[in-house]
Order: sequence, then structure tokens, then C-alpha cells
Amino acid sequence: MKRIGVFICWCGSNIAGTVDVEKVAEAARSMPGVVYATDYKYTCSEPGQQMIKDAIREQHLTGVVIGSCSPRMHEKTFRKTVESAGLNPYLLEVANLREHCSWVHPREEATTRKAIDLVRAAVAKVARNHPLHQGHIPVEKRALVIGGGIAGIQAALDIAESGYETVLVEREPSIGGRMAQLDKTFPTLDCSACILTPKMVDVSRHDKVTLLTYSEVEKVEGYIGNFTVTVRRKAAYVDHSKCTGCGLCMEKCPAKKIPSEFEMSLGRRTAIYRPFPQAVPNKPVIDREHCLKFKTGKCGVCAHFCPRGAIDYEQQDQRVTLHVGAIVVATGYDLFDPALYSEYGYGRYPDVITGLHFERLVNSSGPTGGHIVRPSDHKEPKNVVFIQCVGSRDEAKGVSYCSKICCMYTAKHAILLAEHVPGAHPYVFYMDVRTAGKGYEEFYKRATEEFGATYIRGRVSKVYPRGDKLVVRGEDTLLGKPVEIEADLVVLANAVVARHDAAEVARSVGFSYDGHHFFTEAHPKLAPVETNTAGVFLAGVCQGPKDIPETVAQASAAAAKVVALFSKDQMATNPMTAQVDPACCAGCMLCEPVCPYHAIRPETIQERVGGKAISRQVASVNEGLCQGCGACTAACRTGCIDLKGYTHQQILAEVEALCL
Amino acid sequence: MSAATELTRAWANGAGFVREVERLSGQKVASCYQCGKCTAGCPMAADMDVAPRQILRFLQLGLQEEALNNSTIWLCASCMTCVARCPREVDLPRIMDALRQIAVRRGRVKERRVYLFHRLFLAGVRRGGRLDELRLVLGYNLRSGQLFKDAAKAPALFLKGKIRVLPEKTSGAAEVQQIFARWEARKP
Repeated sequence: MKRIGVFICWCGSNIAGTVDVEKVAEAARSMPGVVYATDYKYTCSEPGQQMIKDAIREQHLTGVVIGSCSPRMHEKTFRKTVESAGLNPYLLEVANLREHCSWVHPREEATTRKAIDLVRAAVAKVARNHPLHQGHIPVEKRALVIGGGIAGIQAALDIAESGYETVLVEREPSIGGRMAQLDKTFPTLDCSACILTPKMVDVSRHDKVTLLTYSEVEKVEGYIGNFTVTVRRKAAYVDHSKCTGCGLCMEKCPAKKIPSEFEMSLGRRTAIYRPFPQAVPNKPVIDREHCLKFKTGKCGVCAHFCPRGAIDYEQQDQRVTLHVGAIVVATGYDLFDPALYSEYGYGRYPDVITGLHFERLVNSSGPTGGHIVRPSDHKEPKNVVFIQCVGSRDEAKGVSYCSKICCMYTAKHAILLAEHVPGAHPYVFYMDVRTAGKGYEEFYKRATEEFGATYIRGRVSKVYPRGDKLVVRGEDTLLGKPVEIEADLVVLANAVVARHDAAEVARSVGFSYDGHHFFTEAHPKLAPVETNTAGVFLAGVCQGPKDIPETVAQASAAAAKVVALFSKDQMATNPMTAQVDPACCAGCMLCEPVCPYHAIRPETIQERVGGKAISRQVASVNEGLCQGCGACTAACRTGCIDLKGYTHQQILAEVEALCL
Repeated sequence: MSAATELTRAWANGAGFVREVERLSGQKVASCYQCGKCTAGCPMAADMDVAPRQILRFLQLGLQEEALNNSTIWLCASCMTCVARCPREVDLPRIMDALRQIAVRRGRVKERRVYLFHRLFLAGVRRGGRLDELRLVLGYNLRSGQLFKDAAKAPALFLKGKIRVLPEKTSGAAEVQQIFARWEARKP
């Protein structure tokens, strides 16, 4: 005999303001199986929960229905409540009387009728609920961090410092990422390399960290606590176990004129190279595309000179399989291609450069030794125009969002220019100056007051040459007049955009991304480093534009989540998984391809039919992988797969209660 | 549209002028972030040809012609409302004063009546050590060619004792004259 209790929550005036809650409770009392029904102002409050517990004990309830807010909000809370009163937590149903009823309908009779219908459906379902029990799966206490920029380095260091093995995978030959390319950092003007390289060294020397550079994650399978990851280690054609990093090969390499990616093509590198002198690991790789040995078969100079015999032209890509319990994704960002604005002349005029080019020009280990010069004639520029919002806040040609870091780095560039070139005059075209951060507004003020940067509010409409100068045309909207500047150098603050292959990464690891291909956090406020895939966390700009302090904070937050996960030996699993009835399963395996989690595999079972032993194929569900989406239950032609907690019988009972 | 102002030349030509304004006023024109609160609170703004905020913008870009050739710098009454409200602590009336000084020096006075008033005011103070309102009003109306302006108000002002027929005497007249003499000796 079912004994069901119904609790109708007012949610203050959220539900009670629209729905006649007393009438709903009254109606519930005559529903089949209901022995107790009441209403309460705030059911989720401590006394509200106590009322439920008391009713379970006093009325000997076998099922509970709570008519309240969305189950997304408080289902977990109420499951704990009924569990603490000795009832199985899955003998609870939540009727959503707020989001599905009171918030979306006017205050009238029909709204109350709908609320009663929703409660009737929940009562019909809970009468067919069975106790479910959570399983436990072991947790592999090793983390994978994808991306070796400052976000990945910080996350890896924090996890390793907590005592857990961490594998840091980086696509490039060295870790360091974008931050390694920067000269100074705002608003303190710390040298970027000075604060980054010690961390790079720390992470490479940490006994809990395995560094896999020049490697890419190819495949991720499994689930929280139990991921299997395939990493492709690209052939470096240098045996790094033998190489000492002496650099003789790079000195001797005859292919010396390859544009350096790290130097934004302002400098050159050899075919056997490391991206920058402080690279970690400080060992070279061979760029096959430009290497004469690979192109013509003749050369081999590096192998000839290598004192350790480390050069290996026969080296192949290798695949490494890793078992990890959690993944931190820190894949960073790309920059918007400013050539899309033909009016700015980027790509056409060599003295129109981007902010990252400027970083390399002003850096003392950069291609000019820290002398700011025009790429065209190597003359020192005096009047330099900085154009902000190139791509940012432009839905027509660029992206809708604000890239967040450009206002600050442009102010920094203005200061660096004034410091490096006596008598130089920085001009900054801006839309708004956004300086939300500690010490940021003061930094911007210094750029204008101490360093004489002239800020002009307006977007530039055109850049064109006049003699050896570039005329920059815009409107000073504060002046209300068109202005032009004969500039020696133009620096574009191009938008921060997602990595070109961000969507691929998201799909292969299995989490979602937004319209701009930035990775989506599980909740914008309350779960900012989690993804909607359990066990996968986010750090840095791959989630959205942010500066270094924010990136580091987010990386440490992601690490904290990983460490919390690893602090338990076992993890409870969701018991609401698919279940195959092998007696009627025909083994057609139509369910297998529809499963997004690869949780269904064929299995051979032994049966006796008509006195004969036969073996046949049926579907089998891996409960660790199954996320309870129910796709297989819809695909099953014989109706032999059921989702526990949402069986066909339960759903049909709900439909019947609603429609009949 | 082709009349775009070329800013590097404007700055090359105007930087010295801007530094002179900064020296005379003791203010830094770069301090202003163009919020417009000065203009919003200015009681004279409605009668000005350019907004007080724009005077600062002209100076930030080195546009001396625009900064000098306007009535705004003459209509500013130095009421100090803008100073009280400015979030960047820019003393705009001091800048207006510096601009007026330079305009006078260059013979570029746009509002001649205001300049006349200033001169008569100071001449009166110099003469008697204290402001002689009757002579200031008479002298100003006479020399600005508007003899009967405010004449109707005179009887009431006399009756209430707001204007005296004879100039007031002050015992410190000699010291006041010394102040003027010292200032003149110091002039460049």
C-alpha cells in the first residue's frame, strides 16, 4: 500500500502569489495513494525540511512529492531531507510549480488547475518509483592539464604541490604560452619573463609533473575519475634524452631565414630551433617543412655537429596513453586578424603592426634588442598611433564582446614608448577606456599625465601613406571634429579570439562552447571553472578574455576543484542509468550509435532455449559511462531499455495523470 | 570633411602655448578626462560659444587658436562651481584666467566689453583702495556705449543704500596702490 505525502511550497509569494496553494494541497489529499498533504511558506528552510522529516516518520510515508521550484534548484536538498528521515532519496518527486507554472502564467483559476495537474502527475510517478542506490567508482588520482601557458603552468603546479601526479601537455616546443611573448605586465610593469620563467622551471623540475611538450591531445574517453587520454608526441627529430641543449646545431643550421613564430615574424630562426632562449625544455626541434635534410635529402649538418648524436631524422610521432581522473583545459587564445579591416592597411603597410608585434619590438631579448623601430626602415618612430577595439565590440566585422585586456596593454604600450623613445608622442584612439582592476585606473592616469599620451575618443576610419608617414584619420568625438595624425608607426589592439581549433578540442574532450568558441563554464557565477562535463575544468582565456591576474586565479581555482575530487578514494555515481532487459533484447545494437557517451557495447550471453544451450548477443550498459540521457530508450525497438528513475511505466503514468 | 585637424602639427605648434597656460595656471591639462561635469554645472554655459570642457580639450590637443578665439574664456565668471565639482581637481577658472592673460598680450580679446569691465574694476580699486560701484557702472556704461542701461534701477539702489554718491574712503589706499605697483614691476 502506497503512502504518499505531498508538500506544496509557497516560495514566499513566488508561487502563492499566483497559485492557490491551499487549494492545491486540498486537491492532493484526494489523489490515489496520498495520505498526507499540506502547504508551507518556505519548504526549503530548516523548519520546512523538518516538517517533511516529521511527516515521513509520523505518517510512515513511502513516497514524497514536493510542489516547489525547479528540481534543478532544490532536488538535491530535498533528496538529502528524505534520506535523513530514512526514506530512499529516489522516492522523491519534485513538481515544478514555479518555473513551469506560477512564473509563466497569470493569477487565475486555470493556473491553480495546472498546478494541481502537475502535482497529480508527480504523485502518479512517485507511486511507481523504486529505491535506487548509488554506485561507487574508483578515482584515478592523476590530472591532465592541456596547455602550457601561464594558466596551465599554474594549475599544474598547484595540483602537483598538493601531492598529485600531473601531466602537462603543450602543443609548442616550449611551455610559456602568450605570456612568454610579452615584455612588461600592467599595472606594475613587472618584466613578464622575470615572473614567468621561474614558474616554467618550477613546473618542469617538479617531481610530480610530467611535461609533454610538442604534443597534442588526440582523444579523450571515459568519465570523471576515469579518463583515458591519447596524446600524440610529435617527432622532434632530436632525441631529448641525449640532447644537452648546447645549441651547436642551431648555430650551424644553414636554413637561417625562417620567420620566427615567437617573434611574430619580426625575427628569424633556423630550421632546427627552440622558440626563444629561455624555452623549457631548452632543447630544439626540427621544423621538417623548412629543414634542408627533409626537403632535399642533402645537408645533415646538425647531425654532423651534434656532440651527443641526438639528431634522429628517422624519429616518428608516438602515441602515449594516459589514465587520469580529471582534466584542466587551458588552451589559451588567438588574436583577431586585423587584415579584415582593409581600411587600417595591416599587411599592406609594414609600419602597421599589432600589439603583440609591439611587445616583441620593445623586448630587450626581442629581434631589435628592445629598440622600438619601424619595420619598414628601422627608424625610430616619434608619433605613434595606437588603435583600440580592432575587431572588439564590432558585430559587423569583428566580435560583439570587449576583449578586456587591450585598454590596459595599450596604456602600457604608450608608457613603454614614452620611456624608450625620448620625445615620442603616443596617440590612442579609443571607444571607452575600461580599467576595471586594482591599480588599473591609476595606471591609465599615469599614461596620460606623466607620459603625455593623447587619448582621442573615436574609431579610426582610414590609414593611408603620405611620404614615409601614415596618415591616420578619425573623429575626435569629444572635439566634434575630424582629426588626422601623421604617424610614424600604427599599432592595432586586435581582439582576443578563441583558438582556431577550440571547437575541435571541446568536441574531442566532450564539453560545450559558446558562439565565439570560448569554452562554456557550468554556471557563469557559481561554477565558473567547471564545465558541464564532470571532471573537466577550465582555466584562462580559453573560457573568455581575461588578464594575467584573473587567469592565475582561475587556474588555482580549477586546481582546487581537481584536488577536492582527488581527496576521495571513490566517487558516488548517478544511479539513474539505462538498464537493458536481456530477456527481451534482440541484440540489434541500434542503441549503440545513439549513445553520446559510448556507454553501450554488445555482450554475449548464454541461454537455454527449448532445452538447448545457445549464446546470443545483447546490449550492455556501462553504468560508469552512462549519464542517463535516455537516448537509447527511445531508440530501442523492443522497448527493452529503461532509464532507472524514468522508466516507461513511470513516464506513461505521468502522461496518463495529466491527460486523462 | 577635408578640414581635418592634423594633430602632430597642432601639437608641434601649440605645445609651447599649452606649457605657458600650465605655468600661468598651475594646472595640468592632461588631468582632465572630459567628463563634462564642469560644463554641466556652469551657470554661464548656455551663453558660451564653446563648452568649458572643450577649452580643456583644445589645450590637450595644442589647438591654441581654438582655445583663445572664443567668448567662453571671457564669460567665465570664476564662480568656482566647476572647481568644487571637478573629480580631477582641475582649477578651470585659473586656466581661463591664464588664457585671458595670453589673449590680452596677443591682442586677441574677443569680448571687448568684458575686458573693459575688468580694467575699470581694477582701475577703480587702484584709485581708491576699494570698489567704487557708481563710478564703475557709469564708466562702464559710458565707454561701452549703453548709457542708459540699468538706469531705471538706480533710484531703488540709492534708496536702499546699495550705491553711494561719494566714493568710500579706506585707510589702506596707499598699501593697495603699492600692491598694484609691485605686481606691475614683476610683469614680464
